[in-house]
Amino acid sequence: MSFINYSSREINCKIVYYGPGLCGKTTNLQYIYNKTNPEAKGKMISLATETERTLFFDFLPLSLGEIRGFRTRFHLYTVPGQVFYDASRKLILKGVDGVVFVADSQIERTEANIESLENLKDNLEEQGYHIDRIPYVIQYNKRDLPNAAQISELEEVLNPKKVASYEAVATTGAGVFDTLKAVAKLVLTELKRGG
Amino acid sequence: MTNQLVMYEEELQEINDVCERLHVDSNAKAVLVIDKNGQAMAASGEVEQLDVTSLSSLIAGNIAAAGGIASLLSEKEFAGQFHEGERTKVVYTVVDGRLILVVLFDERSSLGLVRLRVKRAGGELTTVLTRMLEKSASSATPNVLDEITDDDIDNLFND
Repeated sequence: MSFINYSSREINCKIVYYGPGLCGKTTNLQYIYNKTNPEAKGKMISLATETERTLFFDFLPLSLGEIRGFRTRFHLYTVPGQVFYDASRKLILKGVDGVVFVADSQIERTEANIESLENLKDNLEEQGYHIDRIPYVIQYNKRDLPNAAQISELEEVLNPKKVASYEAVATTGAGVFDTLKAVAKLVLTELKRGG
Repeated sequence: MTNQLVMYEEELQEINDVCERLHVDSNAKAVLVIDKNGQAMAASGEVEQLDVTSLSSLIAGNIAAAGGIASLLSEKEFAGQFHEGERTKVVYTVVDGRLILVVLFDERSSLGLVRLRVKRAGGELTTVLTRMLEKSASSATPNVLDEITDDDIDNLFND
């Protein structure tokens, strides 16, 4: 749920990065954090286990610039990808304005991608959203790995509605900002339409 | 999607006034008002040294997690939480199911006093919040989003 503050002239929105365990959600946020000017970002918070697996969420507040005198501030969240953290994922989806589904391109992770996408649909519906009616993009991450599946295969399995999708290598940053810009643009367009 | 929450100058001033009164009346270090989704709305007191944005996100996450636990235990919700550190104590309370009222205090105050003052402040915030939501739902109020063009959005992403 967006929050528009006329007093401080800010539009605040929430974007959630979703996907199976180890697909690169946190890496996306880390890259964005590392490449963003200090004045445009806040502190990145990672609630992780001792082995650096996301336990609850990562959080990165980001300012993308002004529209008509209003600062656009995006709060980026990741969910914990591991299957057994489902209760936490549901909480993080509350009040979401846009979703990035980060798929792991490795052919061995096909089942995990499908399971996570189904889980996303279920959890969105529990919050009263529908994946077809919310700003939503897909990122195919880890395109640099030799065992990456063909994009056409991934599209067939994960993107039947042909939403915008982006190839990425989050460790080097390839495709990371393209994905962010795409979802942020969809969120603002949806807000304008009265979402 | 759910409705947007829109805050205008008048309501922000009232929320700031509630914060300031609570800050003084409870001898607190600082008072924050946070949207349940983690957006900071107002702050009062010694906030210069605080990372209000991060605090807001973490407290909202904490409240959400407590809500999840309550649900598993067939409770409606756990209305408040208390954390006790060596120097700083924190009380936070859910107001009207939508806002979180946070009070940070030290040895200059006490949990009993803070809870007493929070109760009154919570009632005052509920009144403001109700009016905010009515205004948000009303099409009579101007909405900056109506004026935004597709070009404005495109321009935001021009490198």
